[in-house]
Amino acid sequence: MADYVLETKNLGITFGGLKAAQDVNIKISKNQIYGLVGPNGAGKTTIFNMLTGVYTPTSGTFFLNGEELKGKSQETINHKGIARTFQNIRLFNNMSVIRNVLVGLSNQPEFKCGLFTSIFRLPKHFRTEKAMRDKAKELLKIFDLYEERNNLSCNLPYGKQRKLEIARALATNPKLLLLDEPAAGMNPNETADLMDTIRLIRDKFDITVLLIEHDMKFVSGLCDEITVLNFGTVLAQGDTKTALNDPEVIKAYIGG
Amino acid sequence: MSLKNKSLKYYYSTIIVAAFGLLSVILSMTIGLEKSTIYLLEKIVIAVILAVSLNLVVGFLGELSLGHAGFMCVGAYLGGKFAVIISSSLGNSALTLILSMLVGGTVAALCGILIGLPALRLKGDYLAIVTLGFGEIVKSIFQNTSRESFGGALGLETPRYNKDELFIYAFAVLIITLLVVQNLMNSKHGRAITSIRDNEIAARATGINVTKYKLMAFIISSFFAGVAGVLYSFSNYNIQSSKFGYNYSIEILVMVVLGGIGSINGSIIAATLITFINTEFATILTGNLAVLQNLLYAIILIVIVIYGNSPALSAFREKYDIKKLFDKFKKRDPSIIKEDKANWNNIPTKIPMDELLSVDVSNNDQNLDSDETDKGGK
Repeated sequence: MADYVLETKNLGITFGGLKAAQDVNIKISKNQIYGLVGPNGAGKTTIFNMLTGVYTPTSGTFFLNGEELKGKSQETINHKGIARTFQNIRLFNNMSVIRNVLVGLSNQPEFKCGLFTSIFRLPKHFRTEKAMRDKAKELLKIFDLYEERNNLSCNLPYGKQRKLEIARALATNPKLLLLDEPAAGMNPNETADLMDTIRLIRDKFDITVLLIEHDMKFVSGLCDEITVLNFGTVLAQGDTKTALNDPEVIKAYIGG
Repeated sequence: MSLKNKSLKYYYSTIIVAAFGLLSVILSMTIGLEKSTIYLLEKIVIAVILAVSLNLVVGFLGELSLGHAGFMCVGAYLGGKFAVIISSSLGNSALTLILSMLVGGTVAALCGILIGLPALRLKGDYLAIVTLGFGEIVKSIFQNTSRESFGGALGLETPRYNKDELFIYAFAVLIITLLVVQNLMNSKHGRAITSIRDNEIAARATGINVTKYKLMAFIISSFFAGVAGVLYSFSNYNIQSSKFGYNYSIEILVMVVLGGIGSINGSIIAATLITFINTEFATILTGNLAVLQNLLYAIILIVIVIYGNSPALSAFREKYDIKKLFDKFKKRDPSIIKEDKANWNNIPTKIPMDELLSVDVSNNDQNLDSDETDKGGK
């Protein structure tokens, strides 16, 4: 069981009579880039919300490195090692770029610093603050955001806002990174750039990535394995090429 | 070097306030200030403490609280009563003052937890109503106490301190408040609080303990409101619970909004200005003219708000922007643009008609048709 970073077992949720997701079994090995695809309303984001604790699954459960996380709060799940980005960007708009990343860093044990230490400005406060800033700058350099670090995050162009969101998620030191449509609204150059970045962070931070995406070129170019969802159920699963060429999948996407 | 300058920047307002406090202390010791001036200074100091502490909840946490006077009331009564009890043995010493401020602040902070807990579930208008209710409840509880306990409708008498001494303590408390709030907001805890304001969902997903930080903001804010209440009770010798109605809560909120939500320096300036205007009006406009007090106060507020927001005045504001004047003074490089300050009103958005008509759409139409037939064929 512990071989998989993420393992879901018959994961499902119902809202009243609506079965938004049911019997979803996903197994993701370490350092994989895993794709979650499906038409609109297939339940992809719902699964993300269950994995991050926004919703509690009504059936089934899921494990991160063998540890059951079902029913835990969002904060706890984040501390355990699942970080996410959002489909509609949710940055801290009125804060500077570097502060966005610093918020993500603030929960790491190495940057622990109590309230009184901060208020009375004890030496430890300055030490942790400096260490946090250095780490944040390092992260921003990876995402090519270093130059804009003092700008307000809402003034960044769209593509950079997406990158900043990933940087903030990475700042929480996750084992599993969930990306909700990272390439949405990007031009082909930015998409290609993003593919490289995702591979780079996978290797550099030694993490596993689960992503939702509609851009099939992006998915087939990046993902090792995928799961195709339709109306909350798994339609096809496995190797990206095989799964995408499944007649059922083509039918669900294109209609016929 | 740059880091040092930057961290010093946060303390400019505190330094200015401290310098001002020192100046008035020296003046009162050498020349001697009038009683009314000292009373005004005390009132201003109390107002600034209240505005800065409310700004923590309204400006940084982003929750609307209309019960700040309620916290102040709790602090004033309990701190005041505590002072009455211990002054019999300790006398009117600094220790009495400090201990009663701690007691008043702590009890107010406990009420902050009481209000902070529903705040975890309530949002916006609903929380505003809960806090408004809290303020009114506290007010009427103290109004209906017996003469022996908290004075009831007649009010509670507090120990009489020497005015010259008291305002020195008041300034000291103000400086401590400013330091604590500035230090808090410029730390990881402050960033966490502002992140909740900006996007609570994202803050949760980023691993911020929203419960903890919301309560923290409420507790610290109400603690200082309580301390301000104790100062108020000493400054007035006698506390009437009718003073702590929702009118006063809203007056504090006006200070915060006028000074700019989320700006500590703004709160300091606005609180000073509003208290000063109110006191001046109260002394100048007496007798029949007293009715004009509120009217003029309201007109001044309206003018300030219109000046700050009206698009018609934007050119005037640009020209007399204090920040720009400072930049000129410092000869900063204007080419470093930090924010998007383009004048979007002047950018033409209408596309001329002939340009629209000249676009050839016939080709695209054909393509669309053929696409559709292809799909149908499949």
